[in-house]
Amino acid sequence: MSRLRSLIEAGDRLVLTGEARTMDAGDLDDFSEKTVEMAEWVDAINATDNPTARAHASNVAIAIAIAQMGAEPVLQVVCRDKNRLACQADVVGAALHGVENVCCLTGDDVTAGDEPQACRVFDLDGPQLVSVVDGLSRGRYLSGRSTGRPLDLLVGAVENPGAPPLEYRAERAALKIGAGARFLQLQICFLPERLEAFVSALDRAGLCQQAAILPTIVLLRGTRGLKFVHDRVPGVIVPPETIARIEAAQDESEAAYALALEQAREALALPGVRGLHLTDFRHDGALSRLCEDLRIPTREERYADAYRSPLAV
Amino acid sequence: MKVIATLEHVVKKPMFGCQMCGQCVLHETGMTCPMNCPKTLRNGPCGGVREDGACEVKPDMRCVWLKAEHRARAWPLPSSWRAHFGHLRAPVDNSLHGTSAWANLFSGRNRELPAGWQTERARPGPEAT
Repeated sequence: MSRLRSLIEAGDRLVLTGEARTMDAGDLDDFSEKTVEMAEWVDAINATDNPTARAHASNVAIAIAIAQMGAEPVLQVVCRDKNRLACQADVVGAALHGVENVCCLTGDDVTAGDEPQACRVFDLDGPQLVSVVDGLSRGRYLSGRSTGRPLDLLVGAVENPGAPPLEYRAERAALKIGAGARFLQLQICFLPERLEAFVSALDRAGLCQQAAILPTIVLLRGTRGLKFVHDRVPGVIVPPETIARIEAAQDESEAAYALALEQAREALALPGVRGLHLTDFRHDGALSRLCEDLRIPTREERYADAYRSPLAV
Repeated sequence: MKVIATLEHVVKKPMFGCQMCGQCVLHETGMTCPMNCPKTLRNGPCGGVREDGACEVKPDMRCVWLKAEHRARAWPLPSSWRAHFGHLRAPVDNSLHGTSAWANLFSGRNRELPAGWQTERARPGPEAT
């Protein structure tokens, strides 16, 4: 059983996941070097699947690289680029290398990336992929053919608490949880009231006990990053007043860090939130600083004393 | 069979933008065809919906699922149809593309699912309110 799964199933333990940096040409030492800081803090690291519709080293290759450096991978699988055969083959192939966590996404459209001419696949959608991977976990391909033995996976998904139709987002999350998702890494949300309404709807429905809810915190260097997220990440808006606030600060980088810290504190204070999903675009030690400022011990320290919640410290 | 498919297309294309997927779910989706979603999503909107409700892929088009969700609530549809809105719908059977959903409904062909599709776990989300 994966470490992430045992933490989630324990019910009251803090859960931290993170997003691995994308890799292009290079070698595994480069990758380890870029990932070692994150590995010190988070329980598991996502091997992304062509994020924002740009080609990079594949999800399966990165997941194996994460496992080889002694960290625990989460294989991200996106419906945009591969049909149902290829998605299943990726999951089963990665499992052969010990990758036991899978996060299922519908995925940004090809028009969000640098190859808008590409064919969009979407043979499955996000909720269907969750159900199919849950089937693999139980030992059956979608066709009904046996995988030989159950893959025994931890299946998760993503939901965007900030995109319309807002009141329907919790229902869509419920659909994914019903299909087998045991964790939800939420899309980054710069509107705290939307995040709160979403988590509270899940909590009222008793769904936060069925799946670990992990809001995303993104570490950016300043307004350039915020504007990029606003302009280029589909379904995410950064309010102009937030950008203006960072722009007006004497030290933009420090203000951007303070924004992330504030978002992390607010997210962890929401009833029903189990932890955070961290994305670091700064690569300047801000990730360690964030965890320290939240008074979250390192991963090893957390395991040593069955650490529960940062609010209890 | 070809005659039925043609007739169906003539009726449903102008009314619903029917794409002849051969496995119609209009009654479950607020009489809004999910095959008009550029990602052909059958289970709700993706996370890319724009702030004004427009489609991520086609900014001039309102998100198909925003329309579907509104109509499922607001239109006077049978309550059993509305209850199906939050059900997990199976992956599209691409081999049915271009065939008549009406004929497939009567023959039962549209209910043939892959053996590994886990219908027992496909439980509905909360009712649309």
